[in-house]
Amino acid sequence: MKLLIKFFSILIFLASSSAFACSISARVSIVGNEFPAIQTVGSGAKECKGAKVTANLTADHQKINVAGMSSQPAEYTSAIVANTSIVALLNNDLIRPLDDLVKKHGKGLKKNQLITIDGKIMAVAFMANAQHLVYRKDILKKLNIDVPKTYEEMLAAAKKIRASGLVKNPVGGAYKAGWNLAQEFNNMFIGYGGSHFKGNSAEPNVNSSAGEKALEMMKSLSEYMNPDFLTHDSNATNAEFRAGNVAIMNMWGSRAATLVDADGVSDEVKNGMDIAGPMTVGGGKTPASTLFWDGWTVAKKISDAEAEATFVAMTNAIKPSILDNEDIRKQAVWLIEGYKPTDAARGVFAAAKMNTTPYPMLPYAGLMHSAIGKEIADFMQGKESAKKTLSDIEDAYRASAKEKGFL
Amino acid sequence: MKHRTFFWFILPTFLAMFFFITLPIISVVIQSLHTPHENILVTVENCDPFGCKKVTSIDHDATKNLKSENPLGKFVGLDIYFDRGHLALKQVREHWNNSEDISKFLSLITDLPLYKAIFFTLTFTFTVTPIMLILGLLIALGVNSINKKLKGLIIFFSLLPMIVTPLIGSIILFWMIDSRGIVGNLLQILFEDPNLSLKASTSLTWITLIIYGVWHAIPFSFIVFYAGLQTLPKDQIESAQIDGANTFQQTIHIIIPHIMPLITFVTLMQLMDNFRVFEPIIGFNAEAHATSLSWIIFNDLGGETRQLSAAATSSILTIFGIVILLLPVLIKTWKEFDFKK
Repeated sequence: MKLLIKFFSILIFLASSSAFACSISARVSIVGNEFPAIQTVGSGAKECKGAKVTANLTADHQKINVAGMSSQPAEYTSAIVANTSIVALLNNDLIRPLDDLVKKHGKGLKKNQLITIDGKIMAVAFMANAQHLVYRKDILKKLNIDVPKTYEEMLAAAKKIRASGLVKNPVGGAYKAGWNLAQEFNNMFIGYGGSHFKGNSAEPNVNSSAGEKALEMMKSLSEYMNPDFLTHDSNATNAEFRAGNVAIMNMWGSRAATLVDADGVSDEVKNGMDIAGPMTVGGGKTPASTLFWDGWTVAKKISDAEAEATFVAMTNAIKPSILDNEDIRKQAVWLIEGYKPTDAARGVFAAAKMNTTPYPMLPYAGLMHSAIGKEIADFMQGKESAKKTLSDIEDAYRASAKEKGFL
Repeated sequence: MKHRTFFWFILPTFLAMFFFITLPIISVVIQSLHTPHENILVTVENCDPFGCKKVTSIDHDATKNLKSENPLGKFVGLDIYFDRGHLALKQVREHWNNSEDISKFLSLITDLPLYKAIFFTLTFTFTVTPIMLILGLLIALGVNSINKKLKGLIIFFSLLPMIVTPLIGSIILFWMIDSRGIVGNLLQILFEDPNLSLKASTSLTWITLIIYGVWHAIPFSFIVFYAGLQTLPKDQIESAQIDGANTFQQTIHIIIPHIMPLITFVTLMQLMDNFRVFEPIIGFNAEAHATSLSWIIFNDLGGETRQLSAAATSSILTIFGIVILLLPVLIKTWKEFDFKK
């Protein structure tokens, strides 16, 4: 009986202490992408008591965050963004500088978590992300293939695997027409030393030999992919890997940790999966990949009380003690104080160490990305030459950049 | 009906149409004639977990004045209508001069986003609409002639494709036609081609979308025609039977003329519906092979780029398209109306 009382008193103490850990006095409403690490952040913010905390986490977050933060007052008090998607919020002047709030409530935050633009803190990053190699070590071992360090080696490996008959379409890739396909082009283009814009201007610069080589390499890879590759996003590609239909692929670090945790994955795939750093291409030193951070922002068009509550709740969501949980620790490469890389973080760490280029945070980068995504599918289907596709991309980009007032 | 009665009768509809159709269209027209102000760009230092560097950014303070003076943006007239994303006049003229025959010209201009979308949209509209009319009529005739006890059940099942939400229906079919799905696999066995994939080729994707479109639209034409068949003039059919007309002749000479107004109605509705084909393209992840006008609007509005002016322009062009498409039917209806008066 005594033991029971002791147990309950500890329980009550724990419950009350966590309730007092974070208290807020105004509403918090979060919009963000949907993957395990962000779900952790969302539920962390919901621990705060005193006012309502809601989170709308969806893969379509980019379609709704600008509209949801434009009204007065904004529907969402915080948007969880990456260095790609923060641009739209900055372009529309929808997020507020956080310097005061960081001073008041942000003692636990590390300096490199603070994203500053022109000296003002605009976002707080909590994780890093990059695409890197994910492969089946059992298959490579069986065929005596070294872990590829370049895309050329990946192609050679793919050829051997297909010839062996172990996997019919050994290469995986998120090549779905649109954002995913454009991202793969960006990786390859940067790997060949290309740069998307001329100098500091908004003039496009993809119609170059780096662009042509990038396209040709993507086409060569696609010949070893499932013929439906233009419909496969990263979810579908991961499903192919789990099913044992893919032996080697370039995949997001944020997906690698939980990739084979799903039900029904065979032991062969579970034990055979391994990761490595991003690959280089064409003899270049810069990896054919891009670095991302994910972080949260606070809306501009809300009251100061709401902004403060949002800041407190979001800081609570990324407090160092969340890393005590083993499952959470391996969900991402956290930028939080006290994080020690897990095995699942090797790929992203290697990417950072190899000086991978961060995704460009430029006001017109999104227009370029969407122009690439729209035009490149014709080339992948063999309907037109690389040269034509690249000039189509530049034309499509010019038309939209002119409309948005960048050219 | 007295004019006065008619006025009060039509007023609520008229008001609703004014507020929810006319005003939004006017606002879309205005939007399509304006673009955002030119952005004043500045170079600033940007620091993130990977280090600091100089990047280009928008100077919001500098553009604030411009924005408050002219909140609509910059007036650009028809510039957006003529740019590469829409009518692409410059590119079309170039292609016209550079191509020796019409087929070359067509293949060149279908590389431009709007013409590519129009090409698919029209193909979809003009294949789905007639197939769906004919099949809908055949099903209605079939259901009309079966045993009364079975009718209810058959009608329920025939209506199912319309009850399913288009997006959900297309996603379910998307997985069924996957090369490892039940339909995709069956086709591979039937055609003895293990590499057959409906999603990998443009023409097969188009056929899939068209079959889906027909499947989804048939219940509508079926139920309208079935309702029409309940009002068939019995005496005419009887006298035709006495005259020795067979079922086919009865259908051609009595049933079809009798339900002609319904056929016009269904055609009108379906032309409009199919012209704004959208959900199957999303559901089947088909944007690499097929785009439609509605898809272009969706794509411009979504994501990080939010090209409001481009989307507004595409919307106006879609409205024009629908008007042109419906013109023959509308003129016909108008003439018939006048004649009766």
